[in-house]
Amino acid sequence: MNSLQTPTAIAESATKHATKVPILDVHDVTVAYQRKPVLWHVDLTLTEPTLLGIIGPNGAGKSTLIKAILGLVPLVSGSVHMFGQPVSQERRRVGYVPQRESVDWDFPVSVLDVVLMGTYGHLGWFRRPGAAEKAWARQCLDMVGLGELESRQIGQLSGGQQQRTFLARALAQQADIYLMDEPFAGVDAATERAIFALLVKLREQGKTVLVVHHDLRTVASYFDRVALLNVRLVAAGPTRQAFTEDNLRKTYGGRLAVLDTLSQAVEAQERTR
Amino acid sequence: MDFLPYNTRVVLLGVTLLGACAGVIGCFAVLRRRALVGDALSHSTLPGVAAAFLLAGGKHFSLMLLGAFVSGLLAIGALALLRRWTRIKEDAGIAIVLSTFFGAGVVLASVIQQSQESGQSGWDAFIFGKSAGIVWDDVQLIAILVAVTLVIVALCYKEFLLITFDPEFAKVQGWPARQLDFALMLLLLVAVVVGLPAVGVLLMAAMLIIPAAAARLWTQRLAAMLFLSAGIGVLAGVVGTFLSDRASVPLGPSIIFVAAFLFAFSLLLAPRRGLIARWIARRRDREALLAHGGELPP
Repeated sequence: MNSLQTPTAIAESATKHATKVPILDVHDVTVAYQRKPVLWHVDLTLTEPTLLGIIGPNGAGKSTLIKAILGLVPLVSGSVHMFGQPVSQERRRVGYVPQRESVDWDFPVSVLDVVLMGTYGHLGWFRRPGAAEKAWARQCLDMVGLGELESRQIGQLSGGQQQRTFLARALAQQADIYLMDEPFAGVDAATERAIFALLVKLREQGKTVLVVHHDLRTVASYFDRVALLNVRLVAAGPTRQAFTEDNLRKTYGGRLAVLDTLSQAVEAQERTR
Repeated sequence: MDFLPYNTRVVLLGVTLLGACAGVIGCFAVLRRRALVGDALSHSTLPGVAAAFLLAGGKHFSLMLLGAFVSGLLAIGALALLRRWTRIKEDAGIAIVLSTFFGAGVVLASVIQQSQESGQSGWDAFIFGKSAGIVWDDVQLIAILVAVTLVIVALCYKEFLLITFDPEFAKVQGWPARQLDFALMLLLLVAVVVGLPAVGVLLMAAMLIIPAAAARLWTQRLAAMLFLSAGIGVLAGVVGTFLSDRASVPLGPSIIFVAAFLFAFSLLLAPRRGLIARWIARRRDREALLAHGGELPP
């Protein structure tokens, strides 16, 4: 991993302790679709390797925040920096797991082909993935437990397997910061545990992982930090301090249906303490 | 091939080249859901062809191809403008561009017809496709264009695969997604232009779509799909040329007829994705389900 870092990146990490360059610095980001704000003056700074959950109701701008960080949607105002650089300068240090619905799963590629796409960024123009890339992609597939399925056409996978294929592709990117849009959506309990274990391992390796998450019951046990989002950033910080009933109420508003889930979620958190 | 008249050999070489080119580029268009864009592009080349004919004062092959290319470029620009600055849905935008350009082409065509006494001037080969119009010099130009196209695809295979499958992921990795997409669009236009003299503006889109759709039925891998689609395109071109010769029907419809036949054949008989294979698989599943009392074995 370190061998892939550029000299400037190494110099940066050497000075990191002196100046504390944030891993991710989202500053005053506003995004609008046709004059309707989707994100409003969002600030978010991460200085330590973190497993961060992004939580909020439907339409709160969770996916948009991830896309804004990645430079996939235009910002009305604000800026995003990674390791002190604009994101466009740090593309090779970013891994991305999009929502499963974002591609055509009938596409004529194998599981291994998709995972290999993770290596394209390091390969650069015209060079094809060779034996080294294939070996690495297979390793990534093993990490998500799909080693046996590498030659399957991707449409013949279950939803959970498709999700893990995307995860393996992100691993193949050898990134320092991963952004994942609902990696737990539509996966069974066993897959969810396997994915979560992998996220923990990434964090232990010093990576930062941002996860858009829906299930309030698991928030307290999964994430070090949370960002509660509803167009504005309602609260962000260590899970114990930010994931409170009060903040959840502010995020989800007076929606009665979720209030039940909320109190359950907070109770679950109390129990884990 | 010596038993064939020289003219037929020239035409055969031409349709082989265009079949391979359209087959390969058509795969990317179909997978990127751009089949209709291909249709819009081919119809939009007509005003350029007609204008080139008027300017040159007669049939001038390379100038007509250039005209087709320029007016196709304008159509691409018009599509991009509609998408960028209006809220018109994509399919409506495609229909607007297609019919506007084609309409303009027909207007120019009638001007030609009035000034040229009769329809013998040869420009009309570009509407339905005509073998008689193709000579050795034309095929040389086609060969160069096809070679350049195929070399670019071979070089940028990885990039085109990525941009077609997951453009957003490509952007995250820092690939110039918009430029790559535009490059694919340009290659699509080149494939259309190359095919015009043999297949014509009305049917050229079919030459892009049908071989690719047929090839998709036989394979689950993009690389294999590209080769198969090229093969089907070539086969349709060659057999279509013979049919057109024997039955004295226009070349374009004859080629498309053969392509459609190959597609129907694939649709029925392809393993896994073919209708018969799927019917058998469904029956087997049902029997297995019933045999196990409603619970499928793992």
